[in-house]
Amino acid sequence: MEIPNIVGAGLIVIGAALGIGRIGGSAMDAIARQPEASGKIQTAMLIAAALIEGIGFAALFAS
Amino acid sequence: MVISNKPLRFILAALVACLPLMSFSNTEKDSAHVQTEEAHGAVSEGHHAAEPTDVKSKIKAFVGHHVLDSHDFTFTQDDETGKYYGFPLPVIIWDNGLHIFSSSKFNHGHTAAESKGNYYAINHHDGKIYRTDASGEIIENEKTGHPENVRPLDFSITKTVVSIFAAALLMFFLFSSLAKSYAKNGGIASGVGRIFEPLVVYIRDEIAIPNIGEKHYRKYMSYLLTIFFFILFLNIFGLTPLGINATGNLTITFSLAILTFLITNLTANKNYWGHIFWMPGVPKPMRIILAPIELLGVFIKPFSLMIRLYANIFAGHIVLMSIIGLMFIFKSWIGSSLSFGLSFVLSILEILVAFLQAYIFTMLSALYFGSAVEEHHHEEGAHH
Repeated sequence: MEIPNIVGAGLIVIGAALGIGRIGGSAMDAIARQPEASGKIQTAMLIAAALIEGIGFAALFAS
Repeated sequence: MVISNKPLRFILAALVACLPLMSFSNTEKDSAHVQTEEAHGAVSEGHHAAEPTDVKSKIKAFVGHHVLDSHDFTFTQDDETGKYYGFPLPVIIWDNGLHIFSSSKFNHGHTAAESKGNYYAINHHDGKIYRTDASGEIIENEKTGHPENVRPLDFSITKTVVSIFAAALLMFFLFSSLAKSYAKNGGIASGVGRIFEPLVVYIRDEIAIPNIGEKHYRKYMSYLLTIFFFILFLNIFGLTPLGINATGNLTITFSLAILTFLITNLTANKNYWGHIFWMPGVPKPMRIILAPIELLGVFIKPFSLMIRLYANIFAGHIVLMSIIGLMFIFKSWIGSSLSFGLSFVLSILEILVAFLQAYIFTMLSALYFGSAVEEHHHEEGAHH
């Protein structure tokens, strides 16, 4: 029995969403602790999210 | 004349106000007439001699028109009258001799073009030009499905090439007029280019200097600014109904990533290579294990730059066009209006993605340049 490709795509999306969700969560905590640093934290959050999305998309295209 | 005292807020308001201009009302396309090139991934074209009239293949043709490259610039087509709005682009082929002719000779893929005694035709499956006989027939290998005809070297000005030229000209005129306005106005910019001053300052102060450092950032500023605005303008062009998809094309992003790769490795100092092959602060047996992994990283980092930009923009376009196509599949009140709303919201997200991807590409390039020119830090307690 072959596992269809779409199951792999779903797993990739779960992984990417978990990763970005965690980053978003810790970014929220950090901003709540120190609102003055929110600009830097936002920037760092976007960079990390883009990196994770990069892997996610690359894997999605391979699947 | 001061338009606004809070320029960033004004810019955002102006962008949102321009959204109604980006409406996507396209006529349905007849897939038999559409020229396509470089078929990627999920999108495959079905060209038949008979004209397909069902909605699904029309939507496929519509999506294909938007994300695939083509030898003529098609704005739109009217199915009922068969009228075609667009213009042909020059085809430049090297086949033991330079052949230059207009793509109108292909007659939207129906006939073979004749040039200096040779005949060329566009293969409907992959959109590439092959040398054929006078009938324009492309013989396909039975086993592999690949055409057996000879393929000449194709240097044509296709739709993507036109879009790159347009972006380059736009950037050139915008920024040269912005630069000249500084001299005329005593250090303050004037004119439309004022929108870009905060962006340029942002790239310098938040992307270049923190990542590359005060000493060396000026060398890389021109490249960073160029790729930021190049990618940004090409992404924004892709959101128009013209069907331009430059950054969603693997070759374009490959070229940009290759440039970053070359600049990083050709301007790197000894510390960069030291950190790759013989990293300080790590016990010696580990260094031998880590060196090949780090070497692989040298190639994977630009590769990921290429894939990230390509996948984000390409996938975004496919999803957006498919949801617009969904409007025509649901021929009902509620279904079509929901699809319209979803596609509207998605286009707003695509604008964000356009900016974000340009920013990320530039930021990561700056990060790699920074690692290339990093000075030697003396580790505490480390033994060299």
